[in-house]
Amino acid sequence: MDTMRDRFVSVTSKLLDEDHRLAVVLAEITMDGFRPAQQRHPDRVINVGIREQLLVGVGGGLALTGLRPVVHTFASFLVERPFEQVKLDFGHQGTGGVLVSASASYDWPAGGFTHMAPGDVALLDTLDGWTVHTPGHPDEAEALLRHAYAAGDDKVYVRLTGQSNAAPRPVGDLRTQTVRTGSAGVVLAVGPLLDEVLAATEGLDVTVLYAATVRPFDDEALRAAVGRAAPQVVLVEPYLAGTSAAAAGQALMEVPHRILPLGVGRAELRRYGTVEEHTAAHGLDAASLRQRITAFLR
Amino acid sequence: MTQAIADTGFRHGDLGRLIALMTGAEKHGPAATSTLDALWVLYDRVLRVGPGSAEAPERDRFLLSKGHGPMAYYAVLAAKGFFPVEWLAGFGSYDSPLGHHPDRTLVPGVEIGSGSLGHGLPLAVGTALGLRAQGLDDPAVWVLIGDAELDEGSNHEAIAYAAPAGLERLHTLVIDNDSATHGWRGGIASRFEAAGWSAVTVDGRDHEALHAAYTAPHPGRPHAVVARVEKKF
Repeated sequence: MDTMRDRFVSVTSKLLDEDHRLAVVLAEITMDGFRPAQQRHPDRVINVGIREQLLVGVGGGLALTGLRPVVHTFASFLVERPFEQVKLDFGHQGTGGVLVSASASYDWPAGGFTHMAPGDVALLDTLDGWTVHTPGHPDEAEALLRHAYAAGDDKVYVRLTGQSNAAPRPVGDLRTQTVRTGSAGVVLAVGPLLDEVLAATEGLDVTVLYAATVRPFDDEALRAAVGRAAPQVVLVEPYLAGTSAAAAGQALMEVPHRILPLGVGRAELRRYGTVEEHTAAHGLDAASLRQRITAFLR
Repeated sequence: MTQAIADTGFRHGDLGRLIALMTGAEKHGPAATSTLDALWVLYDRVLRVGPGSAEAPERDRFLLSKGHGPMAYYAVLAAKGFFPVEWLAGFGSYDSPLGHHPDRTLVPGVEIGSGSLGHGLPLAVGTALGLRAQGLDDPAVWVLIGDAELDEGSNHEAIAYAAPAGLERLHTLVIDNDSATHGWRGGIASRFEAAGWSAVTVDGRDHEALHAAYTAPHPGRPHAVVARVEKKF
């Protein structure tokens, strides 16, 4: 099975042939994958070198001329390092583009904290109008990338990761979907954490929702699920814990409710190791999740 | 593309009066603003853009990166008919589209919103790349930065990239009023030249010298014009 990042390269390379509005901007990362596409489209596959302010600024400039920029590097260097460029070179200019990140919260634990970006979605939440996709499978990544490229001049962030659920789900309508129904509470699983959540809640009487698009937050889906179960909501997000707590609270403003926001911890672990070890350290493995969810439900 | 500038009847000598509509101080003549002569010569004699072509794909682009102190820019745009002169009096007020930093979504003819330093040159690089990718090889892209703005590292990312990328239609106008605290030893033009640009340094008050610098041929390379004006302090 290819990874989300492999799929990003293959789908985008193909769409560059068909959609003359698309232009890819890179800062060395993933350049090897795009080399064949660059040979076919030297003016629309642009590598600026290791220059992330320029990376995003060039994307903004392409958008000013009417192109649909696809701007890509690791999440920490795409959203965090040039954050002011994201804020001013797209939104403030009234233009849009597609930011596609790799590496996510801890895809490369041995690489340490410099290559981890658990705060990317929370940072984008400080800005207006960004759609945020968090696919949980390479097939979902393909569907959401295609959607993002065709989304007019929308501002879209696609958060790719090396982590994946075993099977894809249909995510093309961007809606939060019901995977299981129950009455004791509602667990919202985001992206690649769905399989852990399904294992954690096996045999529990809870509704499991799944979101591969978290912004805009699907208020209606959460309200509907809470209307059919006890108003106890667990959010399980593959980035900073609590990122969607405010959005969920807003959706449930008229409903007395409790929320347990789970996700990646704020504190630096200062550990290397494997993805599985980091998932467990953040309490996001199935056994830890089960314990925390059952302790919360009452 | 032919020259498409509306003759609104304003001349260089009128700009001081237009600026005074914003500042309220009649004594503020053209000399009070470092960018005024450079902007006037560019809009009056070089840029192929006007009110009727402000959205045309083949227009020349001018990006004001140094968005601080935009009175001269607004005065020139008003003089050239991009928006009514009456707008100038509202400068900075809640109901005015003219802020102390320009917003492209509010002001006709303004290509970028700026104010935070160091964004214009990367945006200009992207604009030049975007035009080239669409086969629009003719439009020129100009960006104005200040000598102190050049402190921002994002400019140096763009300067290093632009020449190897062959961005012949990219032009940077540096207004040098010697306001960078640590200066530029060896001169500003040398930074551009070392990175593969064509670069000239001229008297930023001399209209003929500015025009010659703006229109100097620079085959295969981006072009920088360093316009030196009186020291800020």
